Amino acid sequence: MGTGFKIKKAILYFLLILLGMVCLLPFLLMIVNATRSGVEIVNSFTLIPSTHLKENWDTVFEYFNLFQGIWNSVKVAVPATLLTAYFSALTAYGLAMYKFKGNKFIFTMILLFMMIPGQLGLIGFYNLCTRLHLVNSYIPLIIPAVAAPGTVFFLRQYVLSVLPPSLVEAARIDGAGELYSFHRIVLPIMSPGIATMAIMAFIGNWNNYLLPMIILNKNEKFTLPVMMATLKASTNIQSNQGAIYLAVAISVIPILLVFCFCSKYIISSVSAGSVKE
Amino acid sequence: MGKKSQSNLHKYNRAGYIFVLPFVVVFMIFSVYPVLRTLYLSFTNAKIAGVGKMDWVWFENYIRVIKDKFFWRSLWNTTKIWGINIVLQLGLAFLLTIVFSDIKYKMKGLGVFRVIYYLPNLIAATSISFLFKTLLDWRYGTFNQIISGIYHLFGASYNPIDWLGTATYAGPTIAVIQTWVWFGNSFIMLMAGVQGISTDYFEAAAIDGAGRWTVFGKITLPLLKPILLYVAVTSLIGGLQMFDLPFLMVDKASAAYPSTQTAVMYLYKFGFETGTTQTGYASAIAYILFLIILAVSVVQFKVFNKED
Repeated sequence: MGTGFKIKKAILYFLLILLGMVCLLPFLLMIVNATRSGVEIVNSFTLIPSTHLKENWDTVFEYFNLFQGIWNSVKVAVPATLLTAYFSALTAYGLAMYKFKGNKFIFTMILLFMMIPGQLGLIGFYNLCTRLHLVNSYIPLIIPAVAAPGTVFFLRQYVLSVLPPSLVEAARIDGAGELYSFHRIVLPIMSPGIATMAIMAFIGNWNNYLLPMIILNKNEKFTLPVMMATLKASTNIQSNQGAIYLAVAISVIPILLVFCFCSKYIISSVSAGSVKE
Repeated sequence: MGKKSQSNLHKYNRAGYIFVLPFVVVFMIFSVYPVLRTLYLSFTNAKIAGVGKMDWVWFENYIRVIKDKFFWRSLWNTTKIWGINIVLQLGLAFLLTIVFSDIKYKMKGLGVFRVIYYLPNLIAATSISFLFKTLLDWRYGTFNQIISGIYHLFGASYNPIDWLGTATYAGPTIAVIQTWVWFGNSFIMLMAGVQGISTDYFEAAAIDGAGRWTVFGKITLPLLKPILLYVAVTSLIGGLQMFDLPFLMVDKASAAYPSTQTAVMYLYKFGFETGTTQTGYASAIAYILFLIILAVSVVQFKVFNKED
C-alpha cells in the first residue's frame, strides 16, 4: 500500500466530510442567523452569533405561539403513535399466529394499501370527516392510526421470526387466555420491533402537513407544521429574516432531541425497510 | 410449525378474529371507505361534496382530465423534478455505498456518517421549506452571499440568481433540496443490502483474486438489485405525490409557479382550495394519477426483472 493509496483514501474522507458539512451547514446557519438581526443578515454572512435573539424571539411570539403548536403536535402525535404501536402488534400477532377464514384476504388488502398512494383517498376522507362533523377535531388525525398497514406488515414478519410458538402453547397448557398471553408473553418479546416502528410512526405523525392542514382550520388547533406554514402569509415576520430562522429553529428542536436519543433505532428501522422486501 | 402444534392451535384459531377486529373496523372506515367514496365522487359533478345537489355524470370528469393541458403540465413538472431528484439521490447513495463497501479501502466511520447524512430526512417539510426559502432569497439570502463571496475571492463578480423565483431554476433547485432530504435514506437502505450479503462471497472472490470492480459488478450489484427496485418504486410512488416543498416554496404569483405546480398541488387546487373547489373533478384527477403511478410501477418492476 503506497502513498498514492493513502492520498486517495484521504481525498475520499475529505469528500465524505464535505458532504456531511453540506448536510449540517443549513442547520448551523439557521442557529447563527436566529441570533442576528434582519439588517445584519441582509448585509453580510458570518458564522459568529450576534445578540438579537431576544428581539427575534419577541417578533416570532408576537406573530404566533409556537409552543402552542408544539403542544398541539404532541397531543396528536403521541396518542396516534401509541395506537399504531399497540394495535399493529395486536393485528400482526393475530394474522401471524391464528388460521381463520379471511386471514389471507386481510393480508392481501394490507399489501394492496401499502402500494396505494395516500392522496387517492384524500377527498373521500375529507368528505367523510365533514359528514361526521369531525372537521377541526383531532379524531381524524388520531383514530386512523389504529390501522397502519405498513407497520402491521413489518411486525407480522417480525413476530414470525422472533416468537417460538411453543412459548404460547405452554401458556395455553397453563390455562392462560389468548389476550392474556399476548400481553404478558408476546408483547415483551415483540417490543424491540414495536419500538422501531413506533419511532418512525411518531416522526411521520409529527411532520405530517397535508392532512392536518385540510382537517384543521382554527389557529388555536394548528399542529406545528400547519402553524409554520402560516409564515407564508405573514409580511410582518417576512421582513425580519432573523425571526424566520428562529421560528424554524424552534420547530426543528423537538425532532432533533428525539433523534439524539433514538438515532440508533431510527437508522435500524430505515435499514429494516430495505430488508423486508 | 410441526403437525402436532398445528392441530393444537386449531381450537384457538377463532380467537384470531378478536385480534384483528379493531384494525379491520378502523381500516374499513378510514382507509377503504374514503378510497371508494373518492371513486364514487369522481363519477359525479359534485362542486363541494355535501353542498348542493350532485348528478351522476359517468366519465365526464375523466375525459376532462385527459383533455386538461394544465393537468398534464403539472404531471410533467412532477416528473421533471422527480427525475432530476432520483438520478442525483440514487447516484449519490450508490457512490457512497461503493465507497463504504470497498474491500480495499475499508473506510471507517460509517456509523457517524450515516447519522449525519440521514439527519435532513427527519425535519418537517414546512421547516425545510422556510429554511431554504430564506437561505435562497434572491437579494438577501445567505446562499447568494456565500457564492458572491467565493466569486470575489477570484476577483469575479456574481450576478445573483433567483433560485426559487425563475422558471428555469426553481424546478431543479427543488429537486436538489429533495435530494438533500432523501439521499441519506437511500444510502442506508443500499448499505443495509450490502451488509446483508454474506461475507463468504467476498472472501471467495478475494481468494480467486478478483479485482474490486469485478467484485462490485459480479457480486454487489446483482445482489443489490431487489433493494434498488424497492427504493426506485417507493421513491416513484412518493415522488409523484410531491406536494409540500413546491407548495410552500413557490408563491402562486411567482414566475416559477407554472413550472413547479405538481400534480398533487393541482389536485389540491380542485379538491380543497376555496373558490376553485370541484370535488368531482378533483376525485377524477386522484384516480388518473393513481392509474399512472400503478402503470409506471408495473413497468419499473418488469424492467428490473427482465434480466432474470
